[in-house]
Amino acid sequence: MSAIWWASLRRELTLIWRAPADMVQPLFFFVVVVSLFPLGLSPKPELLALVAPGAVWVAALLAVMLSLDGLFRRDQESGALDQMLTAPVVTVVPVSAKLLAHWLLTGLPLALIAPLLGYMMQLPVAVLDTLMVSVLLGTPTLTVVGAIGAALTVGLNRGGILLAVLVLPLYIPVLVFGAGVVRTAQDGLPTDGLLAVLGAILALALSLGPVAVALGLRISAGD
Amino acid sequence: MWKTIKRWYHQLGSPRYFYGFCNAVLPWLVPIALVVLVVGLAWGLAWAPVERYQGDSYRIIYIHVPASSGALMGYIAMGVAGLVALVWRMKMAEVMLKALAPFGAVLAAVSLITGALWGKPTWGTYWQWDARMTSMLILLFLYLGIIALQSAIRDPRQAARAASLLAVVGVINVVIVKYSVEWLQTLHQGATLKMVGESSINDAMKYPLLISMLGLWLLYAANVLIRARAEVLSRERRSGWVRKLVAPGDGKGGR
Repeated sequence: MSAIWWASLRRELTLIWRAPADMVQPLFFFVVVVSLFPLGLSPKPELLALVAPGAVWVAALLAVMLSLDGLFRRDQESGALDQMLTAPVVTVVPVSAKLLAHWLLTGLPLALIAPLLGYMMQLPVAVLDTLMVSVLLGTPTLTVVGAIGAALTVGLNRGGILLAVLVLPLYIPVLVFGAGVVRTAQDGLPTDGLLAVLGAILALALSLGPVAVALGLRISAGD
Repeated sequence: MWKTIKRWYHQLGSPRYFYGFCNAVLPWLVPIALVVLVVGLAWGLAWAPVERYQGDSYRIIYIHVPASSGALMGYIAMGVAGLVALVWRMKMAEVMLKALAPFGAVLAAVSLITGALWGKPTWGTYWQWDARMTSMLILLFLYLGIIALQSAIRDPRQAARAASLLAVVGVINVVIVKYSVEWLQTLHQGATLKMVGESSINDAMKYPLLISMLGLWLLYAANVLIRARAEVLSRERRSGWVRKLVAPGDGKGGR
């Protein structure tokens, strides 16, 4: 079972690595959306620092969601998805490997670049580490929860908007706590408690999420 | 007791029995629901005493609170139906899930609209990102998401199962959303806007409220049964008993 898991992980990583556009585009999207805020609002530092936590988090949320639209589609077109579902191993095994690979190559880069964007949004340097940790803890949840929506819409050829309608309401707790942590740090208050809540949501998503994704794929396959 | 519940579960799980059950219950349920609702609303809107601070404007509570509770109960019921549909693959649970969504979404919208209208004279604003209002807005989004997903998938069974999964995830989400906005949004907002607590309402105002609530829930139940009955007929349209129902006297169902 673990051999299959590692093989799936290697396959997913190789696939994404060989088509780097899928990995770079969410990152690029993230940077572009955040840089729209100073242009649209006003370049005043106080104002930007005020909206920065929400702006960075909303952009990260949209980047993850858009990157998930094609998560299972290519596998479905090539038939790999059917093999995954009929393989003599619980579907959760390849699914969790796929989710991990996707997070490593899209969510993790978002977390790594978030401090830079926070700095551009005039966040005080002292809270940039909190921003990074919050994005680091939040993006895996976004990936897993969004993957449930992607699994349910994989066979429909009108994925994009429908996926957003399904998934964005489910992203709200992560947004509230993620941006809330950064705001709390800006106010100079302790952030451990809120980070722990983000971690708790992550634990819930990691434990139940892959099962739900696998179930969603089975439902979409007409099971 | 347990045996009766079990027998009910299995009987209502059969589409044909369910159809008969709806036909037997609905002629009673609809008029009772309407009478109870009208009595509750008339009592609340016309005869209940005037509130000391809010004057007559508080009377919208007789629509607002029943609608809010109905929307919430409806979503929880969808989560339960979704779980039953996913775990035991019970067809009728799928039907119920589909039937619960439209009226629940309408109730959530009614709750938001009446809340806004009530907020203007009492809080001085139509909208505030208060914990309860935000949760209800998210609830409306979740309802609309389920309706959207159901209408996007052609096969009714697959659509219902997909919606079931989404409803179960949604129920977990509603709980987290409720606490998240309560802890964070209200923290940053300063004064919390609280509604009248259950115990702090006068009996003369409470009874019409309870009656309107009961009336609206009964109406919701009637609406769900009507929708479910139509869905059962549409799903079972190829089966013998529906054909016999549509074209009596022709047992084979041919033409």
